[in-house]
Amino acid sequence: MPFVLPVLYAVVIVAVLPLMAGYIVLMERKVMADMQARLGPMRVGPHGLLQPIADAVKLLLKEDIIPNEADRLMFWFAPLVSVTMALLAYSALAIGPAFQIADLNIGLLFILAISSLGIYGIVLGGWASNSHYSLLGALRSAAQLVSYETAAGLGLISVLLLAGSLSMKDIVQAQSDQGVWFGFSVPFGFFIYLVGSIAETNRAPFDLPEAESELVAGYMTEYSGFRWSLYFLAEYANMIIVAGIATTLFLGGWLRPGARYHEHIPGTGVEWLDALPALLTLGVALYSLKLAPKQPVKIQKIVMVMVAVLCFGVACVLAGALFAPPAVMQGIHGAFWFMAKVFAYIYAFLWIRFTFPRYRFDQLMRLGWRFLIPLALVNVIGVGVAIVLRQQFAWGPIVSLIPTTLATLGVAMLLAKDDAPIVDAQTADGE
Amino acid sequence: MAVASAILMVTRRNIVHGAVFLINTLLSTAGIFLLLQAEFLFVVQIILYVGGIMVLFVFVIMLVNLDVSMRQVQFNRQWFVAGALALVLAAQFLFAIHATQAGRDPLRLPAMAAEISPKNTEAVADALFSHYMLPFEIASILLLVAMIGAVVMAKRRVG
Repeated sequence: MPFVLPVLYAVVIVAVLPLMAGYIVLMERKVMADMQARLGPMRVGPHGLLQPIADAVKLLLKEDIIPNEADRLMFWFAPLVSVTMALLAYSALAIGPAFQIADLNIGLLFILAISSLGIYGIVLGGWASNSHYSLLGALRSAAQLVSYETAAGLGLISVLLLAGSLSMKDIVQAQSDQGVWFGFSVPFGFFIYLVGSIAETNRAPFDLPEAESELVAGYMTEYSGFRWSLYFLAEYANMIIVAGIATTLFLGGWLRPGARYHEHIPGTGVEWLDALPALLTLGVALYSLKLAPKQPVKIQKIVMVMVAVLCFGVACVLAGALFAPPAVMQGIHGAFWFMAKVFAYIYAFLWIRFTFPRYRFDQLMRLGWRFLIPLALVNVIGVGVAIVLRQQFAWGPIVSLIPTTLATLGVAMLLAKDDAPIVDAQTADGE
Repeated sequence: MAVASAILMVTRRNIVHGAVFLINTLLSTAGIFLLLQAEFLFVVQIILYVGGIMVLFVFVIMLVNLDVSMRQVQFNRQWFVAGALALVLAAQFLFAIHATQAGRDPLRLPAMAAEISPKNTEAVADALFSHYMLPFEIASILLLVAMIGAVVMAKRRVG
């Protein structure tokens, strides 16, 4: 029965994802608080751990308001489009060597296509709300998404040239074969995709369409309760998917860092880096145990100990996998490394959100069209030249990319200097 | 489903609904490509047509005030001639399909390559860069000219 495994994976992903998105929201609020020297949600559950569940219950119980003159069919349909496209994109993502719903041989393009379909959720939502702010926010957001989608896609092409295939699994395999993650061989491709993905998901500093102080909440203004939570879920699912793509393409997917470093722990057949997941989780467990007695409230002490026990359990599973058949070990460790990299990327998103001020819309469009797209084109040419150097003149895989990366850096600096006067004789576009 | 969406698109009074049904028609066409094992065309149709061109359509629809045109009479008086032409076109399609299935070759399409590469992406790339190189380059130059023209026309005079 060939359908059992993909359907099982799909069910797992659809079931786990809303919970994960909720806890990423909590993580965001805690990280935001930490960077702003405060504590974040602490009241609901110990250290705010039950906050997402409280939010979910509240949103489900809220009154469902539909504006009077709104187009009811579109109003109902728009969040559906957003969420469906966000969840559909997971079908081509490869989380481990065997954990993939469908190994499409056009996997990467498929995810790009589905992301571009997600724009309709925003545009139709803005239209259906029958309000000026929503429509303007929606159109701005759609313009931004289309522009940065072009830039991000061009950034991905440089990886495509190096990997030679569109299938997600093949791209990770190529990184394994070449011994270097593409994020290190094409740093400019990584940078372009990073910026493009932040703009794609409407995150700060590109979140003008949904900023609270600008257009109320943009296209989401008239949505409340469950419909709003669908949009919210779509946004965070999009964030995870974009992090997943970046991890697969630039950060080696499920590969262990230092894939060629095979030093063994003396006395056993286990490599140091293979033991790293178990050691890391064990470290977290011990740290939780150390913090437990210092908690002010008894319930927090208990939760800290429970967290320690949970991490210890995970460490045991990871260590046990070392002695299992290689397929199982690769699967479990692969999933661990993939999730670790995805969370690192999302942490970078959060970090950037609370560091940089927001871009004004014309600055945003100027950045996309006049800096990122030319830079991405030069990057593609550079990678092409590097591949020719590698094939015709037999330079090594990393050495061939150094001169082209330096050339791209030069072009980037030229482009940035060109764009320096943001406020000049031409007035900003009046919206 | 492509036909149903196309019919719905043409008959909706609300133009945004019409646009959504056009999106549906294009998605169904992409699905037909997928059924014919042309997965590259499937994906590129979605990225370019649905994700690019239709977004522009929808932009324009939403920025233009359509209340006036929505209240006008939707069907004009030339429907008889249009219907007759549509019937003639349908008859031609049916004849071409029937004749091709019966083995005759009414359309005289160029013969396909003897072996079709299993992966559509590689096959398209091969064809584009070998047999169809000249049309490819000409199309690129055409697009470049169109882009430059659009930028020049939209540029405001400074000062």
